[in-house]
Amino acid sequence: MQTALLLPETERDQRQRTRIAPQARRVREDRPALGLPLTIRNLRKSFGDNEVLRGIDLHIPAGQFVAIVGKSGCGKSTLLRLIAGLDKIDAGAISFGEAARPEDIRVMFQEPRLLPWARVLSNVEVGLGRDRASLDAHPRAEHALTEVGLADKRDQWPSVLSGGQKQRVALARALVSQPRVLAFDEPLGALDALTRISMQRLLERVWRDQGFTAILVTHDVAEAVALADRVLVIEEGRIAHDVTVHAPRPRERGSVELASLEGSILRHLLSADDRT
Amino acid sequence: MSLIDSLPRVARPLRLPRADGLIQWIVPLAIIVIWQIACVTGLVPTRVLPAPSDVALAGWKLLLSGELVRNIWVSFWRASIGFLIGGSIGFAFGLANGLSQLSAKLTDTTLQMVRNVPHLALIPLVILWFGIDESAKLFLVALGVFFPIYLNTLHGIRTVDPQLIEMGRIYGMSDGELFRRVIFPGALPSIFVGIRFALGIMWLTLIVAETIAASSGLGYMAMQAREFMLIDVVVLSILIYALLGKLADSASRLLERLTLAWHPAFQKR
Repeated sequence: MQTALLLPETERDQRQRTRIAPQARRVREDRPALGLPLTIRNLRKSFGDNEVLRGIDLHIPAGQFVAIVGKSGCGKSTLLRLIAGLDKIDAGAISFGEAARPEDIRVMFQEPRLLPWARVLSNVEVGLGRDRASLDAHPRAEHALTEVGLADKRDQWPSVLSGGQKQRVALARALVSQPRVLAFDEPLGALDALTRISMQRLLERVWRDQGFTAILVTHDVAEAVALADRVLVIEEGRIAHDVTVHAPRPRERGSVELASLEGSILRHLLSADDRT
Repeated sequence: MSLIDSLPRVARPLRLPRADGLIQWIVPLAIIVIWQIACVTGLVPTRVLPAPSDVALAGWKLLLSGELVRNIWVSFWRASIGFLIGGSIGFAFGLANGLSQLSAKLTDTTLQMVRNVPHLALIPLVILWFGIDESAKLFLVALGVFFPIYLNTLHGIRTVDPQLIEMGRIYGMSDGELFRRVIFPGALPSIFVGIRFALGIMWLTLIVAETIAASSGLGYMAMQAREFMLIDVVVLSILIYALLGKLADSASRLLERLTLAWHPAFQKR
């Protein structure tokens, strides 16, 4: 089922878009290949007797920002782990259009998962994968740290950082290999409300700068509609709704359009509750 | 060495600036002063406990004759070599059993059985095997040191955060790299707890072994002095054991501070 919500584009938004365009082109030039498209066919996964995913069919075009929402236990995190290659597929297939290197697909978790015994910069270098030993490892890691605004923390231990800063280091680690698909498993779930909003802006900015395909699993519908081009609602192991968000970027938080879209998705989620 | 010392400090301890290094010596010094007064005033007969000044004098005489340095050196050598042998074997088994299920299944049960035999109970057997040779002492020290290091290394490796290991795998770390960057640093705090327990057991074993079967070393010096009723030398040996124990503990603490600088418990605040 496809629901599309068209919103009028204001003049201000158009102006902003043209202002961003030259910068976006520049990034595209020095990186010939950007996001990878993603095709999933009849994907199934069970844990013991519990069938978590019951046939997922999905195509995500290159560079799209997709949010996956659903109640806990609906299989959204399992789907993400399968996409990221962390668990084995029972049946079906996931393909990325072309052969993807391991460095092309990165995951960011709810927990920062930083090595407490490595300085911030070395933690970011971990993200380089096989390129860790290369000569430009340091500058690349520093560049990624600058990207998330933590260049001055490069020599700190992770234990002295705040929760939001740790998660930004984790983001820099995921970005440093210039991934073509970035999967987020509720990366902002453990942050306070204000830190969440600034992290959402950061995520949107790096996504626009780097052009990777973004897949965000979240339980926060407001976050999903604020960030994503498209919101998938998963119920009982299947994609129940596929909603395209046409609101232009940058999006204004708390705008009427986003709020009404959020409301309609929430109604879908809650009506499923009433049926059972 | 106490259990409380070996745990990372969570609460911020009360600290006086500058006096920090001296404050720990107030109690030992006070004990010596009270002890001296008690001996001089005749409160404690010198047949029971010689005055600290007499002990110091005995120490000075033995130092001049070269006997003291030789005996300390012999005991120190035995302690370190025994510790190195037992510690390395314990560390190796801890690593193997922590990393490999097969190795753990194969050896852990046996090791747990051996662990429950008090190693000092083996002294008669060890004397029969090795006589009162160096190897007897080294064997006992190594055996005593083995278990705390084995158990704590194993525990450290088993309790490394699985989420960090998963992270390492996702970011393409090879097995060697995963060990070097994630598993070993994660196990290190626990390994240090093992080392500090092992240091305590090392001295205990050595004292017992040297008093029962030896022809040199601090324990031997104490036993010889007992034969000749030289109570000041006996007390001197005991005090030297205390100092050596403290020295070993301080060394391990220093090492801990250097290698665990990332740990919140060891950061300067």
